Amino acid sequence: MNGSRSVSERFVADHISTLPKSGIRAFFDLVNTMDDVISLGVGEPDFTTPWSIRESGVYSLEHGHTSYTSNLGMPKLRKAICAYVEKHYGVEYDSATECIVTVGVSEAVDLALRAVINPGDEVLYSEPCYVSYPAEIRMAHGVPVPVTTRVENGFALDPAELESKITPRTKGLILNFPCNPTGAEMPLENLEKVAEIAKKHDILVLTDEIYSELSFEGGHRSISSLPGMKERCIFLHGFSKAFAMTGWRVGYACAPAPLTDAMMRIHQYAIMCAPTVAQEAALDALQNGEEAMLKMRDSYRERRDFFVAGLNAAGLKCLVPKGAFYAFPSVAATGLSSEEFARRLLEKERVAVVPGTAFGESGEGFVRCCYATGRDELEEALARIAGFLKSF
Amino acid sequence: MEKKIIELLCENARLSAAELAQRCGCSEEAVAAAIKSLEKQGIICGYTAILDDRALGENRVRALIEVKVTPKREGGFDEVARRIAKYPEVVDVMLISGGFDLLLTVEGTSLAKVAGFVSEKLATIDGVLSTSTGFILKKYKESGRMMQKDEEYERLKICF
Repeated sequence: MNGSRSVSERFVADHISTLPKSGIRAFFDLVNTMDDVISLGVGEPDFTTPWSIRESGVYSLEHGHTSYTSNLGMPKLRKAICAYVEKHYGVEYDSATECIVTVGVSEAVDLALRAVINPGDEVLYSEPCYVSYPAEIRMAHGVPVPVTTRVENGFALDPAELESKITPRTKGLILNFPCNPTGAEMPLENLEKVAEIAKKHDILVLTDEIYSELSFEGGHRSISSLPGMKERCIFLHGFSKAFAMTGWRVGYACAPAPLTDAMMRIHQYAIMCAPTVAQEAALDALQNGEEAMLKMRDSYRERRDFFVAGLNAAGLKCLVPKGAFYAFPSVAATGLSSEEFARRLLEKERVAVVPGTAFGESGEGFVRCCYATGRDELEEALARIAGFLKSF
Repeated sequence: MEKKIIELLCENARLSAAELAQRCGCSEEAVAAAIKSLEKQGIICGYTAILDDRALGENRVRALIEVKVTPKREGGFDEVARRIAKYPEVVDVMLISGGFDLLLTVEGTSLAKVAGFVSEKLATIDGVLSTSTGFILKKYKESGRMMQKDEEYERLKICF
């Protein structure tokens, strides 16, 4: 034990105290102290939840629906979720035994990992990736193994690269396409190869579909819909991004009964159930929210086209992202590291972007810009970025 | 494309041809031509601003007036409606189903002026049987726009 640690510090579990804190915490603290910043740094829609959904939440409270629901979630909601997943993703789940409603998709990822990882099991994930995956794997006593995705492949996961990382301890693979932070999609051909690899090496696939409605080229496929994959997939999804419901905290997992049951055991002791008001609002989102959702999606697509063209014109090379609401341009031309670029851009031009390294080492040389913000702000941000780049 | 242009212009008539082109996924020239054709056909009749005039400091009084009309043997309601519509005080004229026939929006610089218009002009028009005037006290929403914004709600500046 390290003698310099305080009494209370020494109580913290080893695997938590060694959990890497984000190295760019200082940068984020700086952003939050500044007032006149144009922020391209968020990870959420700029829309307020559509009124019909909000009203259902209000109605639920007005009518005193303030008690627990069943551990798995309201049966009506689970039925609606399974119907939605079948209609849009082509995978059939039994709402009674194969669906669990969670506190955001974040809880669903946590449940899935805790339910399947034995200490020392390796879990693969494509990187750059959402910040939580490696940490959640560690918290479940697993070993995170990143598989780098590359700009020259459109940030899609390369099956050969994936296979090279497989060992006898490999238990699972996390996929997240459309991807936060790259906005990449998986071409069907790659997805099929990944499915074959999963079957060949007997690997479980956790597919985080949180951005799947926000796929601009159409034709998004979930790996769980490929032949023979349902039995080895946990389908993770939620309402935050597509229905602009981040603050409601409601998501879900669909998986064959033994896996759902394992997740339910953790969930029932740790959480009990997702908030009732949020579940009722989520039901409304599935019943009445599609039109509003499609409108929001079109608006992201329009802003993507405008913003990415602007980045490229300003001299930041950027692939056209196929989904989500992020652009992931390269800052290599400036010769700066991601973090240095972000810090200087913030200090000089008051524009906040997220250094690519927040999403793993392979994010070095890139920054994440969220274009889910007002068009005037995007225009102003582009003008400032262009000005900033002139100094190089 | 026309449908999409109309939808976008109804939301914001000040969108430039370039923005419309981008949002409809077609060329600027095609958008300009489509708008011209819509204007020529009389589908787009004009463009106007939505005002919240409380802060303007001007006296503008608006009233909604329900009018009962005797339809003419030839020309039905149209003849009377068109005649009413000619007055510059009259902003909108619509034929309505239900307990009355025409619904007007009438504007004036004072209550007295609007009242005077109703009693001296509108009510005396041949074919107008009766009128019922309601002055607008406060506007909450017009053409899809809320007149009062929700309180500013602070979002995180950075999150994942």
